[in-house]
Amino acid sequence: MRLLIILCAILFAPLAQAKLPIQQWQTAGGSRVYLIENHGLPMLDVSIQFRAGHAWEGARPAGTASLTSHLFAAGSKGMSEQQISDRLADTGAQMAPTVDDDMAGFSLRTLSSAAELESSTSLLATLLSSPQFPDAILEREKARTISGLKEAETKPETLVDRAFSTAVFGQHPYGRDADPESVARITRDDLMSFYRERYRAGGAVVVMVGDIDRAGAEALAERLTGSLPAGEPQPWTLPPVAALAAASDARIAHPATQAHIQVGQPGMKRGDPDYFPLFVGNYILGGGGFVSRMTDEVRQKRGLAYSVYSYFIPRLENGPFMIGLQTKRESAGEALSVVRETLSRFMAEGPTAAELKAAKSNLIDGFPLRIENNRKILDYVAMVASYDLPLSYIDEFTAAVDAVTIDQIRDAFKRRIDPAHMATVVVAGGDSPQ
Amino acid sequence: MPSRMTHTLTRLPLVAITLIAALVAPAVQAEPETRETVLKNGMKVIVRPDNRAPVVLSQVWYRIGSVDETNGITGVSHVLEHMMFKGTKKVPSGEFSRRVAAAGGKENAFTSRDHTVYHQQLAARHLPLVLELEADRMRNLVLDEAEFKKEIQVVMEERRWRVEDQPGSLVYETLVGTALQAHPYRIPVIGYMDDLKNLSIEDVRAWYKRWYAPNNATLVVVGDVEPEAVFKLAEKFFGPHKPSVLTARKPQNEPVQNGIRRVRVKAVAEEPTLTMAWRAPTLTDPEREWVPYALDVLSGVLHGYPGARLHTRLVREQRIAVDVDAGYDGIGRGPSLFLMGGSPAPGRTVEDLESALREQIRLIAQEGIRPEELTRARSQVIASQVFARDSIGHQAGMIGNLESAGLGYRNEALLLQKMREVTPEQVQQVARELLVDDALTVAVLDPQPLPAGARPKGPPSGVRH
Repeated sequence: MRLLIILCAILFAPLAQAKLPIQQWQTAGGSRVYLIENHGLPMLDVSIQFRAGHAWEGARPAGTASLTSHLFAAGSKGMSEQQISDRLADTGAQMAPTVDDDMAGFSLRTLSSAAELESSTSLLATLLSSPQFPDAILEREKARTISGLKEAETKPETLVDRAFSTAVFGQHPYGRDADPESVARITRDDLMSFYRERYRAGGAVVVMVGDIDRAGAEALAERLTGSLPAGEPQPWTLPPVAALAAASDARIAHPATQAHIQVGQPGMKRGDPDYFPLFVGNYILGGGGFVSRMTDEVRQKRGLAYSVYSYFIPRLENGPFMIGLQTKRESAGEALSVVRETLSRFMAEGPTAAELKAAKSNLIDGFPLRIENNRKILDYVAMVASYDLPLSYIDEFTAAVDAVTIDQIRDAFKRRIDPAHMATVVVAGGDSPQ
Repeated sequence: MPSRMTHTLTRLPLVAITLIAALVAPAVQAEPETRETVLKNGMKVIVRPDNRAPVVLSQVWYRIGSVDETNGITGVSHVLEHMMFKGTKKVPSGEFSRRVAAAGGKENAFTSRDHTVYHQQLAARHLPLVLELEADRMRNLVLDEAEFKKEIQVVMEERRWRVEDQPGSLVYETLVGTALQAHPYRIPVIGYMDDLKNLSIEDVRAWYKRWYAPNNATLVVVGDVEPEAVFKLAEKFFGPHKPSVLTARKPQNEPVQNGIRRVRVKAVAEEPTLTMAWRAPTLTDPEREWVPYALDVLSGVLHGYPGARLHTRLVREQRIAVDVDAGYDGIGRGPSLFLMGGSPAPGRTVEDLESALREQIRLIAQEGIRPEELTRARSQVIASQVFARDSIGHQAGMIGNLESAGLGYRNEALLLQKMREVTPEQVQQVARELLVDDALTVAVLDPQPLPAGARPKGPPSGVRH
């Protein structure tokens, strides 16, 4: 799970330079469409995204966004749940709902041969335009979700995530987590009203990568978005995330053999003016895998953890800055001290010239790896488009990385990260419970 | 909804994914030309050009894994994998990773039961850099004791993280150790904790000396490269290494199982889980055998596509389970298992779930499968073989796994063809004849409550033991 988050953070983070041939237009209903033609393989990847993630649930019970996204496939006008899955299976296509704090939607990977393309894309269009959210299936999926949540709540990795999220985001929508009680309260009306409010044509972003021409892509985009509720979703923006007013330190008991530790605070947003200094700086601090300072201090020098990292997850508003690790429970105190010292020293001194040079070299030379195949291009362009970043962001990315200086990194960390106001959560720390 | 069984059925996610890909990959389209050579010292080099992006993936596959280990040194292959980043005579500890990172590369390594693999992905022009580094650490590793003493702590943390605190992993480790009693596939790849505590640097040195040799390695390169140029680089960097005399490996065949085995594992969890594992054949002759292909199709019919049997019947209709799973992986150096399992729905028991799973097998064994089920299982195969070509990682994984298992990468297309030739009668026959109690091991996770004081939404501070 944690590895997944890191992968996403890396994937959604940087990129640019190699010129992607992106075609861009709007549908009649105002959906933004992005096309990268690539006829090398007989397949097409499609992403459609909306501002319909967890943070937009409003007064509805926590868990509404996930269940809505999950239950498009539970029934559409004229199609039962089983008919939907049978038709998808017949095409061999892979279709999955996606949902995070900001965005929700679908990704579809299909063969581009005429029959399969027609069948899989028209199925997705049908699901998006006429979800039924049948009561019987809603009850079944609520029960499964509650069962999964209860299971998750026995696990130290879930406990640390939740407590950290609460400590960093408080009452902000980013701090909401579904629990068995909130899921039990979700009704069909919640799903339907969430769908009608958030899944609107005017807020949709469609990205297509692969074996399709412009005319085919235009027709497909119209079909995917043409029957959605019209207009833009309201509200369109989230409230800002407040900086932490004080440090907090939560200790949660658990019999696990390892302590799970998270330290952090609100970080930055997409399009943030400090994005590049913080991004490059974090690569050096704890984002650069085996070559980061955190890995060097905690793992290489002391053998305290298998995995230690720091990351920013930039969101519509300030997402988390987090340092995380797992270590045997009796080492929790020592590991926490090392993490804090490493952060303080980095903030006081900034990176060395050699570190900055190595970081730039990795991020710039490694750029082609970020857009090497259709799936990566899809995810990257969908991120840029969903967050309203200009397409020039892609072409200018490596130059922006190259322009970052030691002073800018030290200055940005000083203004944005406050070691005196950190949220700390430790699950299963200390001596053995037995 | 994430399946809780994921961990149980794929103890090593990365490897499992590539193995599945190996079964469902290529054919329909014209294959990119794959070229192969063998250096004079016995090292095999396989290159598949893919010029869709200016990048390359390089993998060195050593045919050494936990299947080659014995009690007392379990986990040594994986520990050695960690130590391979700790410096050679020429390249100090940590420098390997620093050089690859500075070239914009991503790198890592993984160990499975069958092999240990080191991989780097980076701009194609940097291929010489990684081949030189790999050739260096094939023969010149320092294996310093002080480094080992720190790294073994890291590996123990990894075991805590992957196994000790993961109920699903504990169940799987126990299940495999029960289903197999003679074959070393019973050994967990990461090793037993007690063996890790007692492992010495001498154990690791002996392992390195014995198995890290050009004639026990295969280099797989996929990406924007010319095969001839890669062969020349391989000759330049790996060619000077002398081959080793490799220890003969014995089959250690598992004796016939004569009766059902049952095991329970207690761990902190909310709900129980059930895993059923039948001993099953492994593919050895891709041309003549048919049973492994039929088992693979059977697992596809049960759980291989949206709306397949297990989910439809047990989760949607009968509501006996919240999650179900099925899987079979017939490619490897040792015996295979056919797995089914799941988590019972609230109010249902693992006994209910076991009965329901058995009923699904009985239905197929007695009544067979519908034509459209076979069609759907095949549709996934055909589409997946195209999708896999979008990823050079998938392509390299297929090549390496087939080589490691002794099947040969050239049989990729044959495997696909054979899977498409499986008949409904063959699927029915393997369900009837192979999924029988005498070959079955059943593992149950017996959930234990969290002690008082550990609460998801508990007070934010002051709760201590």
